[in-house]
Amino acid sequence: MNVKENIKTITIDKPLKLDCGKTINNFPLAYETYGSLNDDKDNAILVFHALTGDQFVTGVNPVTNKDGWWSYAVGPGKSIDTEKYFVICANVIGGCMGSFGPSHQNPETKKIYGTDFPVITINDMVNAQVNLLDHFGIKKLFSVVGGSMGGMQVLQFVSNYPDKTKTAVPIACTSSHSAQNIAFNELGRQAIAADHKWQDGEYSSKNTIPDKGLAVARMAAHITYLSKKGLQEKFGRKLQERDDLKFGFDADFQIESYLRYQGSVFVDRFDANSYLYITRAMDYFDLVKQNNGNLSNAFKNTKAKFFIISFTSDWLYPTQENKDIVIALNAIGVNVGFVEIKSDKGHDSFLLDVPDFLKALKNFLDKSFLEK
Amino acid sequence: MKPEFKIISDLINKNSQVLDVGCGDGILMEFLIKEKKVNIRGIEISKAKVQNCIAKGLTIIEGNAEDDLKQFPNKSFDYVILSQTLQAFLNPEKVINELLRIGKQAIVTIPNFGYWKIGLHLLLKGTMPVTKTLPDEWYNTANIHLCTIKDFVNFSKTKNFKLSKSIALKSDQQSFITNSNLNMKNLSSNLGIFLIES
Repeated sequence: MNVKENIKTITIDKPLKLDCGKTINNFPLAYETYGSLNDDKDNAILVFHALTGDQFVTGVNPVTNKDGWWSYAVGPGKSIDTEKYFVICANVIGGCMGSFGPSHQNPETKKIYGTDFPVITINDMVNAQVNLLDHFGIKKLFSVVGGSMGGMQVLQFVSNYPDKTKTAVPIACTSSHSAQNIAFNELGRQAIAADHKWQDGEYSSKNTIPDKGLAVARMAAHITYLSKKGLQEKFGRKLQERDDLKFGFDADFQIESYLRYQGSVFVDRFDANSYLYITRAMDYFDLVKQNNGNLSNAFKNTKAKFFIISFTSDWLYPTQENKDIVIALNAIGVNVGFVEIKSDKGHDSFLLDVPDFLKALKNFLDKSFLEK
Repeated sequence: MKPEFKIISDLINKNSQVLDVGCGDGILMEFLIKEKKVNIRGIEISKAKVQNCIAKGLTIIEGNAEDDLKQFPNKSFDYVILSQTLQAFLNPEKVINELLRIGKQAIVTIPNFGYWKIGLHLLLKGTMPVTKTLPDEWYNTANIHLCTIKDFVNFSKTKNFKLSKSIALKSDQQSFITNSNLNMKNLSSNLGIFLIES
């Protein structure tokens, strides 16, 4: 069976002017939904995915046959309760799970775009996804929710469409991508470009993929999603299926073997050029600069109620960067709650079974839903 | 519910904007929403208590009043409440200044260290008093800046802020504190409640 049959897609016929200056038309946006839209159409939650996520939030991902990336948080009775809410998630443009991206064919040249694909931004991503509201006849969402790059999309969405959501939950994110995070993304991109099979982005026409480069990019990034303490507790200096060091460069340590595995499974499901485009979009994200140095201006027209969540061991999007958003909202009297969750699981905490996080998210949504 | 909550509620106008600093489990916040239909936010340092507030649907910011009040603009609330927390700050003076900056008015309640039972305890036993409102031992108490009702009244004069209302509480009996009865109230009350403005 062709897995692509399991991908729902709408074609956006309204021209979308991108930040780079180019305009795209009639492009596909792949999405998935969970739960059902009520008669008042006021129970919809738009979930935004992170860098390597996709529209398959929960249940079994039909393409990878693995659990959806947010299975801990989304599902019947869970924090984002699909028995109560209608959950929509789209693959971001630039992505590789059906939405318009660099692995698509350029209708003019009949060639795969590769690096001829226009550079996209977080702003472009949300401007594409807002079309889903019209598609489902939703005037106002109940909530927009996302972690990491998903959180950046939450912030951008409320800034662009201040009256299109009742609540907003940016998780473990930032309003302005830091130098450290740009540096890590650049490391990943250079790893891909250093793989001779990348071929300046034209690998698909040569029937190859830069699997080594993409795997290294993933390995490096994966380390940033964890914490030193978490790594030490899980792996320490434990050896991989051997009694002693082998005095060579095989994976002696479990952590090496783990990272190699993470790299190898990633290349089966992710496109190298998409990795370049999406990390670039994150690097370009600077909502502070978009608002001439005053983040509060991004939210001056919204009545949405915010709930911001950070994690103690997240050093990629640390608490202070999340708190900066809280401060900007308080400065203009926007209704905002904030909690820092204690967790040793690093930035990845929002994707994992962290009970205090899941409880806070559920309580915020369920209580807010009762407010009319 | 603490008996002071009813008094605090009586000091507050309906539908006003309120910030509860050190809001704990949000019991006062819930009470004020019910009684006065206020638009209220809380700041709380304890993660467990923040979770309890979220579970009640309250707007709560995890944070420390000594660092986190500065984010609020001048006079952004009608009332800022500080209920039995002033004595726990490293720098109570700075916190009072912040309350007066961000609130048009502030409501501060203090456990009164001048209460006669506390004085007697110290006099007769010679050890730091442990009471219902001050239940911890000296070595593990968070209350590092205890004061008396009289101290707070003197503080207001030194720092030039106005005491619009001064109320003494003895168990659940309330009375006004005036210049003439100050010494008496300082001895007979276990709690002082002050409505202050700059």
